[in-house]
Amino acid sequence: MPATTLHWIDYVVMVLYFAFVVGIGVALKRSVRTSNDFFLSGRAMPAWVSGLAFLSANLGAQEVIGMGASGAKYGIATSHFYWVGAIPAMVFIALFMMPFYYGSRARSVPEYLKLRFDEKTRAVNAISFATMTVFSSGISLYAMGKLLHLLLGWSFDVSILVAGGIVLAYTFLGGLASAIYNEVLQFFLIVLGFAPLVWLGLREVGGWAGLVARLAPVSTANGFAPDAYTRSWAYMGQASHNPVGVEWFGLVMGLGFVLSFGYWCTDFLVVQRAMAANSMSAARRTPLIAAIPKMLFPFLVILPGMLALGQGLVPAKLGLGGLPLHDLHGHLVLDYDLATPMLLVHFFPAGLLGLGLTALLASFMSGMAGNVTAFNTVWTYDIYQSYVRPGAPDGHYLAMGRFATVFGVALSVLAAYVAASFNNIMDFLQLVFAFVNAPLFATFALGMFWKRATGHGAFVGLVAGTVAAAVHHGLTLPAGAVVGVKGGYFGVVATFPSELAQTFWTAIVAWTTCFVVTILVSLATAPRPAEELRGLVYGITERPEDDSTRWYQRPAVLAVIVLALTLTLNVIFF
Amino acid sequence: MRLDVRLPIGALFSVLGVLFAAYGAATWGRPGTTPTGVPIDFVWGLVLLAFGALMLFLARRAAGHHGPPGGGGPPSA
Repeated sequence: MPATTLHWIDYVVMVLYFAFVVGIGVALKRSVRTSNDFFLSGRAMPAWVSGLAFLSANLGAQEVIGMGASGAKYGIATSHFYWVGAIPAMVFIALFMMPFYYGSRARSVPEYLKLRFDEKTRAVNAISFATMTVFSSGISLYAMGKLLHLLLGWSFDVSILVAGGIVLAYTFLGGLASAIYNEVLQFFLIVLGFAPLVWLGLREVGGWAGLVARLAPVSTANGFAPDAYTRSWAYMGQASHNPVGVEWFGLVMGLGFVLSFGYWCTDFLVVQRAMAANSMSAARRTPLIAAIPKMLFPFLVILPGMLALGQGLVPAKLGLGGLPLHDLHGHLVLDYDLATPMLLVHFFPAGLLGLGLTALLASFMSGMAGNVTAFNTVWTYDIYQSYVRPGAPDGHYLAMGRFATVFGVALSVLAAYVAASFNNIMDFLQLVFAFVNAPLFATFALGMFWKRATGHGAFVGLVAGTVAAAVHHGLTLPAGAVVGVKGGYFGVVATFPSELAQTFWTAIVAWTTCFVVTILVSLATAPRPAEELRGLVYGITERPEDDSTRWYQRPAVLAVIVLALTLTLNVIFF
Repeated sequence: MRLDVRLPIGALFSVLGVLFAAYGAATWGRPGTTPTGVPIDFVWGLVLLAFGALMLFLARRAAGHHGPPGGGGPPSA
């Protein structure tokens, strides 16, 4: 693929953006005096700011490029990752879990586990989370470097060092507040950078109806009904009838319940944004405010992939020697990751192309900054202060936080090079993270809503859930895959129609195991006195006072609006 | 006392808006500037400018309510 040439104006847009993000870091540096300012931004954010940051921190490379790729691969059914796989969990954390996260005054999610359960449960969560953040930001950096090299012919090394350096500059200077402010800026940049792409794309194909008509032949060529790419639920009855290769039960339970609640309700990367809010009511509104743009994001990130597919712009994947790859049936294998970038270079002239590419860079950087700020907090509070050097003055932890930011970024860059040299290692690591994450929501749900759950129960349950995930994955294989990192390493007992189906069912098994084992071990071990659990468990904690002044600020009202809108979207695209 | 986040956002998008609208006007009709038939640089420049101006207006209004230099935004939002 020939590299695209940029004009001076495209570079001006990028330089302006870089200047503003670093400028925000410089401007906020003065307000960072204590470790609380640095790690929690002094808990001073209004709800709309923490809400947009909540959304943006999760809006990394995987979202813009990955969801575009999935749009081209699976069609509008990719929206299940939003309407089923995100919104219900975001509503749940706002209404039911935020009172404990924010109200317990824990400074991080692992610290909540320490308060609720014990030290060992915190340690497992803190260490796995810290490792995960470094590797996810490394994978994100690697993806960005590779894309810029392929698209623009830029040097991989320079791209990741410059992007890493800018993220380091603004998070080092202004801490979480700077990351959050930049996430809000990045949010608007991503929306305003991609909106014209969708507008021009839809205009070109003759609107939604035109897109449906263009995707019909693609759908039938792949052996599905003509409208299988443009309807989200109609073909979910059987896994073989839809491009996703999943049936509704696995989708709703695996993605909609286990994976979605496990991520949105327990991942410190997003929870940290809500913890930075300026009041309990603002913290509870944070995920709800984020949910409104979140439910509309399919139109911004999935549609470009579908449009690229409809326009025949998705290039073939090249194998060794630069020849296009073919699958077992002789069909061309498409490089779906290039769907959105190809639409960008095809539809945008000089100027807007700079804006689109800057929006892409912004998504990489907001995701990376999210990981880095979550990493430095968990490292400093949950690992360093807990096990290495407790009882030091606050200034010491502030300095350690800044130092952790530097080595967090350095480790991410290192991880990007690891990803570049050993692709399978990254696949393997992501697999291990999936095993560690899948059971987490069972631990939190039992911890928050069942006062009888004990520390030993939580710990043994987590370990058992992780082992169960590995065993289930090791005994199953997606159709057409070879034994190895895709599964089957303990012998193939069952096969799934797709990799996603296998992922969803692995999560269901892990969650159920953790849930059952935690209950059994808890019943066999001594409970903590109820008095010690006040503020941490539902039923023995006063209901949070609602300090909202207007009806539309009340979390319950917002939640109903969010759910009604999501339901409407599902019906429209049924 | 902290910077109002709408100030840098408003400033960035206003500058980008003016830049795009001017560039779009200056390159109007040149080959390669309208791959889809829409003079998108000019049109989107105006959209960005309008958004930037709105952000600056909101920040200014909030500063007026709470006294300069303003907090992170309206406490009730």
